[in-house]
Amino acid sequence: MPITVFLLFALVKSLIAIGILLSLVAYIQLAERKIVARIQNRLGPNRVGPFGLLQPLADTVKLLTKEDIMPSTAHKLLYLIAPAIAVTMALLPISIIPVGRDIHVLGYTTPLQITNINIGILFILAVTSLGVYGIVLAGWSSNSKYSFLGSLRGGSQMISYELALGLALVGPIMLAGTLDLRGIVEAQSHIWYVIPQIVAFFIYLTAAFAETNRSPFDLPEAEGELGAGYHTEYSSMKFAMFFLAEYINMITVSCIATLVFLGGWHGWVFGPGWLQAILPVFWFCLKAAFFLFLFIWVRGTLPRFRYDQLMGFGWKFLVPLALANVLVTSLVISLR
Amino acid sequence: MNSQPNYMANYLPILIQLGLALGLSGGILALSWLLGLHRRTRRKLAAYECGVEPVGDAQNRFAVRFYLVAIIFILFDIETVFLIPWAVVFRSLKLFGFFEMLVYMAIVLAGFFYIWRKGVLDWNTPERAE
Amino acid sequence: MYPVLFFIFAGLAVAGAISLLVQRQPIYSALSLVAVMGALAALYLLLGAEFVAAIQIIVYAGAIMVLFVFVIMLLNAQPAEAPGRSRVARALGYPLLGILIAELGGMVAAHFQNVKLTSGEYVVHVAQIGDALFRSYLLPFEATSILFLAGILGAVLLAAHTEDEAPGKLYIGEAPPEPNLIPYDSTEGSTTYNGAGQPVRTDLPAHPSSEEVRS
Repeated sequence: MPITVFLLFALVKSLIAIGILLSLVAYIQLAERKIVARIQNRLGPNRVGPFGLLQPLADTVKLLTKEDIMPSTAHKLLYLIAPAIAVTMALLPISIIPVGRDIHVLGYTTPLQITNINIGILFILAVTSLGVYGIVLAGWSSNSKYSFLGSLRGGSQMISYELALGLALVGPIMLAGTLDLRGIVEAQSHIWYVIPQIVAFFIYLTAAFAETNRSPFDLPEAEGELGAGYHTEYSSMKFAMFFLAEYINMITVSCIATLVFLGGWHGWVFGPGWLQAILPVFWFCLKAAFFLFLFIWVRGTLPRFRYDQLMGFGWKFLVPLALANVLVTSLVISLR
Repeated sequence: MNSQPNYMANYLPILIQLGLALGLSGGILALSWLLGLHRRTRRKLAAYECGVEPVGDAQNRFAVRFYLVAIIFILFDIETVFLIPWAVVFRSLKLFGFFEMLVYMAIVLAGFFYIWRKGVLDWNTPERAE
Repeated sequence: MYPVLFFIFAGLAVAGAISLLVQRQPIYSALSLVAVMGALAALYLLLGAEFVAAIQIIVYAGAIMVLFVFVIMLLNAQPAEAPGRSRVARALGYPLLGILIAELGGMVAAHFQNVKLTSGEYVVHVAQIGDALFRSYLLPFEATSILFLAGILGAVLLAAHTEDEAPGKLYIGEAPPEPNLIPYDSTEGSTTYNGAGQPVRTDLPAHPSSEEVRS
């Protein structure tokens, strides 16, 4: 494939992916409000459009027309770029996530992935490690006590759980022998890694909840004690950008969990040719949707951790457990 | 050293994605500024502090623990970085690989239990370290 | 195409480094350094060293610079004041800088024809790094664990402090506060009473008038 066609395909795929992500975020948020409402024996939004389906649109219009406030004591430049960093770092990992096998378009064969690089997992870890800046700078530049405390908590929490996240991925890498996300999925054609790596799977999930600042680890924005945490001083779409980044990060970690532990697009493939082409993508989306539902379910079920419990759990339980998992996995592989 | 003609080309789409992401975030910021109201009052622009006048500066000094966690994170992050190439080639190293990592980890874990005993990982009370 | 990318990222790295030096606000200096790290990672990628590029981001930009930013926040570092300009530094510095730039320029001009910018013609895979690290250079690898241990001990010693009554013992964080034995409604100090007999603190500024000032 000539390079210009390759780049054109990449541009189109990027635009499609961003479009899908933005609409997905809107509807995950609606689904979250509906599901949490049901868990709490309420109805949830049901007035705008049939079943409240137009609610995200109404919310967007509302946020767009809200007053754009910049606190007088804020560090202006950092205050503006912090949400931009958060959104950018959330959107980057999507570029290497494969959702299925190759497809044929206009006589060319192209993977269902914006691009495939050799160091897929490392790239994800690298971008995740930069996500801290969005939160830390947002809280610091707002020059408000709630924001500052929220960003301190958020920064420490994210770096602590990043460690557990990285260590949990070492086990599957050992089994697959590659960092390439497609390679890891293909290596799971016989057995999904959730079975031999069940411990790593739970460490990954827990760390993923903490990395995305989701309940029960949503301490950076614990509304009972910190106002709105690091984005207390943000209004209108600048607030929505943090929101957007959080939900895109949720989608990313769900996709990575699907790829690394649940066998990606592997699943039951049957029927006529067109169905066989669609089913892998369907299985991938179904598995990722399961994780997204889990995020919402947990939010509706579990109470929030206390900060000392959070840090203790990460450092005294997850990190040693992840290290032990690495050693045990390596021993088992080498003795087999 | 291997030759891989598509190597660099595979990274260019990430650059495209970066450009789109920056464009999107810049666009949202601009749109929000253009469409939003601008009725500034001194009160409204003050930092939020439960409705009272902000007292003092928000950027205070904070507990040394946050700083310690960041240092210890760097050290363990580097350990994770060593684990990744080890995990990739582990299948060819076999039992030898297990023992070399065991020795490495034993020394690292000695440090880990030292900080554990010293109370660096305790966040509940400003407890005295042994 | 790829030489263009090289010059873009090299330019970014140099611009970030200059910005790091001239910024007054410490936090902007730190963020400039993050940008330099990112540009360096891109240069490593152009050289075919993907693993090093990823590590550059994960360790330098994502861990060490986070510590820098934390320290700047921790110390509440203020904008640096311009130091007094030394006449000797000015007299020597600018000519030396000129010589350095001329020399570098001369080197680049002399070798420009021979330099070939590679673009992923040689790719080092992670497996090759693993083989080198865990077979050929096993002893240096194991030795890093000692370095690691020294780092941990150093971090604890730096952050902990000793107290006079128990020398040799280390304390992390602050000692528990002494219990306050003075009752709250003590008439001593700055507490005064208003007309209704309620205590009024005088150490806080008076509430400003409720007029809103439009800016």
